[in-house]
Amino acid sequence: MQPVVEIRNLAKSYRRGGQIVPVLTDITLDIQRGEFTALMGPSGSGKSTLLNLIAGIDKPDSGHLRVGGLDITALGEGELADWRSRNVGFIFQFYNLMPVLSAFENIELPLTLTRLSRAERRERVELTLSLVGLSDRKDHYPSELSGGQQQRVAIARAVIADPVLIVADEPTGDLDRQSAADILAMLQRLNAELSTTIIMVTHDAHAARTARRLIYLDKGELMLEPPTI
Amino acid sequence: MHALKLITRNALRHKIRSGLTVFGLLIAVLAYGLLQTVVDAWYAGADAASKTRLITRSAISLAFQLPLSYESRIRAVEGVTTVARSTWFGGIYKEPKNFFPQFAVSANYLDLYAEFVTPEADRQAWLRDRRGALVGRQLADQYGFKVGDVVPLRGTIYSGDWQFVVRGIFDGADETKITRQMLFHWAYLNEWQRTRPGRRADQVGVYIVGIDAPERAAAISRAVDAQFANSTAETLTETEQAFQLSFVSMSNEIIAAIRVVSYVVILIILAVMANTMAMSARERTAEYATLKALGFGPGYIAVLILGESLAICAVGGGLGLWLTPYAAAGFKQAAGGLFPIFAVSQTTLMAQVLCAAAVGIVAAIVPALQASRVRIVEGLRAVG
Repeated sequence: MQPVVEIRNLAKSYRRGGQIVPVLTDITLDIQRGEFTALMGPSGSGKSTLLNLIAGIDKPDSGHLRVGGLDITALGEGELADWRSRNVGFIFQFYNLMPVLSAFENIELPLTLTRLSRAERRERVELTLSLVGLSDRKDHYPSELSGGQQQRVAIARAVIADPVLIVADEPTGDLDRQSAADILAMLQRLNAELSTTIIMVTHDAHAARTARRLIYLDKGELMLEPPTI
Repeated sequence: MHALKLITRNALRHKIRSGLTVFGLLIAVLAYGLLQTVVDAWYAGADAASKTRLITRSAISLAFQLPLSYESRIRAVEGVTTVARSTWFGGIYKEPKNFFPQFAVSANYLDLYAEFVTPEADRQAWLRDRRGALVGRQLADQYGFKVGDVVPLRGTIYSGDWQFVVRGIFDGADETKITRQMLFHWAYLNEWQRTRPGRRADQVGVYIVGIDAPERAAAISRAVDAQFANSTAETLTETEQAFQLSFVSMSNEIIAAIRVVSYVVILIILAVMANTMAMSARERTAEYATLKALGFGPGYIAVLILGESLAICAVGGGLGLWLTPYAAAGFKQAAGGLFPIFAVSQTTLMAQVLCAAAVGIVAAIVPALQASRVRIVEGLRAVG
């Protein structure tokens, strides 16, 4: 079966103060459809950069990157935006919800880019709200929700358009232990029940254990033998 | 639909900031409208001038009068239908601040001014009374003059205390006509001059010349002036509009300053609005980056910022526009008759709308460009 993410000899560097700083070096990696993968590594190891490249919000310097069989490095800005809207669900550390929109409206946001009717959108949002257990909070604004609830809204927003993969950057980094456990359980459930491909960047070894596969990065390179966690 | 929701809610996000910006726009649009109306009011007399009337005056200066003997010679020029006399009196009614124009005019003066509608009975009463005066409706309303009232004036050019009896009140044919002047008999003034040693009688301030065809105005003007060329009192004949504009031109610098101030007001609010939008856009960098990550294009982000800017300007500008006629009425009242015609024109209202829209668009350009170009990974790291 063709992997959902195929990475070949991927490299990325940043220019800082006139110097070129390599962040990722010669990354080759496959991620299968339905996998729940955790990307771990120390700060500056390049794990968030790798996640951003896979999600199509950053561009590599060289190498090949295919997601769902499509070489996304060849897409222009507009095509990439369109591709992201249909294929990638985002979960951020600080939730990144629109503060002026209610939970319902935040979740509905990706669907406004589709051709679904208002009634169809409403139906899907209601269903997703029940999936994340927030049906009774649909009219609440982010400021009226706890961190855990906000992250559940973000998860609902990520899955609403039925994307090929979900990328999560430190999804439990801003949560207390209980809320973090709830979020991780929810991600596990999504992966198990809906076979959603999830790639999660985390610092937290406990969080990483919920994934079915662990990839360790250090100084921009994949480690063949991940350290014991 | 979502865009409209985001635009509206973002505009209301910082209520104090948005409220102050709306208030600033209200003031700016209102001030612009009032200042432009002041400029319009300055030109109101010239705009209302007739095309079939010429003014013949001394070529040297308005301060010099013309001989009465010129009247018949002007009337003899081909194309001239009527010649009337008018002399500026310049009297003070009670106090200098109660300024209004007074003219000593010939009996046929009103034949040339069809726009001053005078009841025939009033006109006859005026003609019968040497001390009689006709007052315009705006002037009568301002000082409460009624037929039969005595209007005392203290002469400045023609010294002494003068008393005129109101014999009639004339109305403007429409609301654009200024009826804030008083007319009395030139013959009465001339008799007074005859009795004063050292004063020259049979002098006329200006001749109002009625002509048969507006397109012949230039030719008739030349013909009139040719009559008196190389004389001791050469004339300058011009259309009534040109004559009025020559007065306005004396205030050109003031009018230019008023115009500049009205534009500066708009520039200032533009800077304030641009600052507001720049602050808002900067605070929301992470939100715009998130929207872009979700698949919304740069155009959508630009529309959000432009829409918010236009929404604020629509509210502020709309309020300013709505208040302008009321403020103009108050201004007219406060000016105490300085501007008899002080109406906000359609052109001014349209200019106010355009100014508000221009502020909304221009203020949003830079923030919209910056926000729509933000790199997603950098934007997501931004702290609002």
